[in-house]
Amino acid sequence: MKDQVLPFEKPVIELKSKIAELKKFTSESDIDLTSEIKKLEDRLEKLESEVYGNMQPWDRVQMARHSNRPTTLDYINEIFEDFVELHGDRLYGDDEAIVAGVAKYNGTPVTVIGHQRGKDTKENIRRNFGMPHPEGYRKALRLMKQANKFNRPIICFIDTKGAYPGKAAEERGQSEAIARNLKEMAGLTVPIICIVIGEGGSGGALALGVGDHIYMLENSTYSVISPEGAAALLWKDSNLAQRAAESMKITSYDLNELGIIDGIIPEIRGGAHRNVAEQANNIYETLQKSLQKLTSYSKDELLEQRWEKYKKIGAYTTL
Amino acid sequence: MLKDFFSKKRKYATIPREEAKQDIPEGLMKKCPQCKQIFYRKELNNQLQVCPNCDHHHQMSAWERIHMLFEENSFVEWDRDMISENPLEFPDYVEKLEKDRQKSGLNEAVVTGKGIIDQYETAFAVMDARYRMGSMGSVVGEKIARAIENAREENLPFIIFTASGGARMQEGVLSLMQMTKTSVAIERFSRAGGLMISVMTHPTTGGVSASFASLGDYNFAEPGALIGFAGRRIIEQTIREKLPDDFQTAEFLMKHGHLDKVIHRHDMKRTLSILLEIHQPGGES
Repeated sequence: MKDQVLPFEKPVIELKSKIAELKKFTSESDIDLTSEIKKLEDRLEKLESEVYGNMQPWDRVQMARHSNRPTTLDYINEIFEDFVELHGDRLYGDDEAIVAGVAKYNGTPVTVIGHQRGKDTKENIRRNFGMPHPEGYRKALRLMKQANKFNRPIICFIDTKGAYPGKAAEERGQSEAIARNLKEMAGLTVPIICIVIGEGGSGGALALGVGDHIYMLENSTYSVISPEGAAALLWKDSNLAQRAAESMKITSYDLNELGIIDGIIPEIRGGAHRNVAEQANNIYETLQKSLQKLTSYSKDELLEQRWEKYKKIGAYTTL
Repeated sequence: MLKDFFSKKRKYATIPREEAKQDIPEGLMKKCPQCKQIFYRKELNNQLQVCPNCDHHHQMSAWERIHMLFEENSFVEWDRDMISENPLEFPDYVEKLEKDRQKSGLNEAVVTGKGIIDQYETAFAVMDARYRMGSMGSVVGEKIARAIENAREENLPFIIFTASGGARMQEGVLSLMQMTKTSVAIERFSRAGGLMISVMTHPTTGGVSASFASLGDYNFAEPGALIGFAGRRIIEQTIREKLPDDFQTAEFLMKHGHLDKVIHRHDMKRTLSILLEIHQPGGES
């Protein structure tokens, strides 16, 4: 698969290909360019840390949507053992925009649930671009309740543009499905850890997002509406998405500052897709610390802390 | 012709002076948006804002609802002075809030409190679509969560009338998180055995329909109310087909099994009163 190059990282990619060219040239001819190559490599190092160290909100939006960005299943394969996928909501169907199942994390049984995008058109059609219908949320809830019954921690990966805005989704109660998940998740007495790995789009993301700990990958976003949607609504011009990305405060750094998430999981330079195994390892370590802490709480403590956590989110004052 | 000399043909129209325009009391009459008939506002008031001709349920303000349901002087308001901040420093947001405060006489898009319906005391929240389209920002979420907590602590039922376009864009992800906050509050209340009744009125969409509005032990709606998750235009663009006229109406939701009942406004108080009685601690012996 050809690597998708994002506009802001173009200088890096160009320099990289130049170095590769020189290397090829050196190996094929008698002229020794080793010192020039070394110089360029030093320059690349500098350029990379400059470009990836100064990513703007819009750059991160594009990174979160990168076509090669690791998906829920990619991380499941790396992080967990013995994953058994489970299907269906027992009411209507099986929504492949959400994957869910049981697995082991470092030997401990857990339930894993996440939005699932496709990486190409064919898979995206099958996964409905990671935009769930009500049956997806109901499948997730069914398996969360199962986890609760058998006292397994729940780990959710969030990666969706939003719940699917379609006729059938409305007929089958998209609102009710999301609302029910919010309420029921609040009452589960097992630890719930949520990790935003790509786009966290509005209510459709939130329906897997009521956690005791919420983390975001460094280049993921979490927002009430897409930057394009916000621009269209607020300024009647979806071309102002870049500006909206800045003013809506949707990056991991913004949410951390707003006190909504519990931490940022650092991404490897150039984005998670550069090395899935390494990125998965970062997530693995965060999960370890998080689980250690959460499993030390009693059921009542979990419920109380969950309430305290959400109770304090908001900005208001009195006249 | 000779008579042309005497006829006064005006070549221009006179626009009445500002003062003259205001001679007619504002809003003496109101046109029904559905059947286009014009009624005296007083007549509509007597009919609880239901069109005498076509039964269209006009939107009601928060306080009209309170007066419609509660015993006189029984309603005590909570958190009246709570107002929004501008956490994302959104341009013009503060001015818009102030403008709506003037227009609606409310400090935010929801009024909460407790009072007596017939003889039953209940906690109550009612949204007002005239304030920022009833959108949910931090204050709406906080006031509703507090009202639910008060209901839990005082062992009262909780009734909510929703009217909202959804989350408030200007407060970004903080608005989104109000969906969670209110839902967690409802779960706590529900676990303690609390009764919640949700009445969805026109319009109840987006983040509000996808949180507390759908979480009552009873979910009701007023006739003709628009209720849904995604906007009609967005859906039409997504699926590239025209949607039926009744799409996302209360009746549509009822048909698809998402509502307990569509209740005519004239029957609202009585129905709520019956349910409150049924849920009295200990029940009827």
